[in-house]
Amino acid sequence: MTRRGRRVGLPFPALLLAGIAIAFFALPLVGLLWRAPWSSAWTYLTEDTALTALRLSLVTSLCATALSIVFGVPLAWLLARVDFPGRGAVRALCLLSMVLPPVVGGVALFFALGRRGVVGQYLDEWFGITLPFTTAGVVVAQTFVAMPFLVITVEAALRQLDPRLDDASRTLGASRWYTFRRVTLPAIRPALIAGAVLAWARAFGEFGATITFAGNFPGTTQTMPLAVFLSLETNPEEAVVLALVMIAVSFAVLAGLRDRWFGAAAQPAGAAT
Amino acid sequence: MIVDYCLHVRAVVVVVVAALIAASCAADDSAPGADVTVFAAASLTAAFTELGDAFSDVDPDVAITFSFAGSSDLAAQIVEGAPADVFASADLANMARVADAGAASGSPTVFATNTAEIIVEAGNPKGIAGVADLADDELVVVQCAPQVPCGAYAEQVLATAGVDITPDSFEASVSGVVTKVTLGEADAGIVYRTDVLAAGGGAEGVVIPDDINVVADYPVAVTSGSSNPDGANRFIEFVQSDAGRAVLASYGFGAP
Repeated sequence: MTRRGRRVGLPFPALLLAGIAIAFFALPLVGLLWRAPWSSAWTYLTEDTALTALRLSLVTSLCATALSIVFGVPLAWLLARVDFPGRGAVRALCLLSMVLPPVVGGVALFFALGRRGVVGQYLDEWFGITLPFTTAGVVVAQTFVAMPFLVITVEAALRQLDPRLDDASRTLGASRWYTFRRVTLPAIRPALIAGAVLAWARAFGEFGATITFAGNFPGTTQTMPLAVFLSLETNPEEAVVLALVMIAVSFAVLAGLRDRWFGAAAQPAGAAT
Repeated sequence: MIVDYCLHVRAVVVVVVAALIAASCAADDSAPGADVTVFAAASLTAAFTELGDAFSDVDPDVAITFSFAGSSDLAAQIVEGAPADVFASADLANMARVADAGAASGSPTVFATNTAEIIVEAGNPKGIAGVADLADDELVVVQCAPQVPCGAYAEQVLATAGVDITPDSFEASVSGVVTKVTLGEADAGIVYRTDVLAAGGGAEGVVIPDDINVVADYPVAVTSGSSNPDGANRFIEFVQSDAGRAVLASYGFGAP
């Protein structure tokens, strides 16, 4: 059977349920578009608040994604490839922030990194670093909630990857680092991209941990979701416009992802889901 | 044929099961007629919970259910048709929003007042004595955003006092200010007097003198969509009775 044939041959109930799922995601967007004040949209968009918040959101979410990759890939590799006692507990610990209500995550970050926190008090005392109410604090909060999405995706891909590929590379004389860079990494590329995009999306939309841990100050810590939330208090029209900007940016990124990035590598990208 | 038929049946079963799952997830336990749902401002949480218990002692026929959130969230929910019988707002503006949308029945009455107070850490380690001290750049000061009522009040107080401050954060709700001060991450903020009392031992208040302070009015009204306006009115009467006033006073609310 050809690939195309398989797609068309989707059983009717699955097609129906998928259709309902699409409508479920599309309708709220339709609602926003329906309520959007198109005539005054441009005025809201060109306001300083919106532009500053959008720029801050882009910068912080990209930083959070970069940090998630730098620390998350080694963590995923450790969880997938190294059999150590208590691995299940460590994995649960590292994924905990996915289920934690974000506001609780923000308070927990205070206890850890705030100026009275377990570690934070020494950061303050020894280096004069205080994270709350700073842009760095925003990045920390976003990374905290976003990294698990990358870890879980990359770990699944590493588990599916045949370890003999690595062994082969090693027996051919490649160093560990070379093997990781030239064999492992290309093989898990679809999952890495998917995980990074998921992490970025989560960081871009992050609200609760950010406002709790980093506060809300225009230009420093007021990201797009915070600006949307606050304008909802007094000016729902502006909130809808700002929300649509966020959606447009996210949609452009997600729709811009090529299918082949998810499926073309040596490995089926089961983890991308 | 039989195979075809079986597949068809199976397909129908899959769809029905999916529909049942969706339906059971949405199964609501919506209330019978004698219930009254009260949408009340977050700052009323403790006081109204106690009032609800007291009310059920004197009027056991009416079961009260509360939904506490920011006044503007509640106002938006009511305008969008949320099943509220009573709306108690922390400010007149959000009540006006509901009334303007035709969602309030009758005219709202003010049942309590609140005033602004500076919240500082327990023991007041920074020695903050009044609003003027908040201008110190060394202090970490958090304030409600001007979009929410507590922020608007704070701005009024500061303007009347002629004090210009640069806060480190504009919080989306009064609880954001309280949390940051009680956790010791911020040194001070302007909140409601009732919030300082509710924070208990974690924080203390620095009184703002009457001549620069503001008085926040708390209005209450029955919604026009109420399914039990009689029960709703009985609850509102109870809130305004001597017993109700006493409960409100114990949480720091003033009489109108």
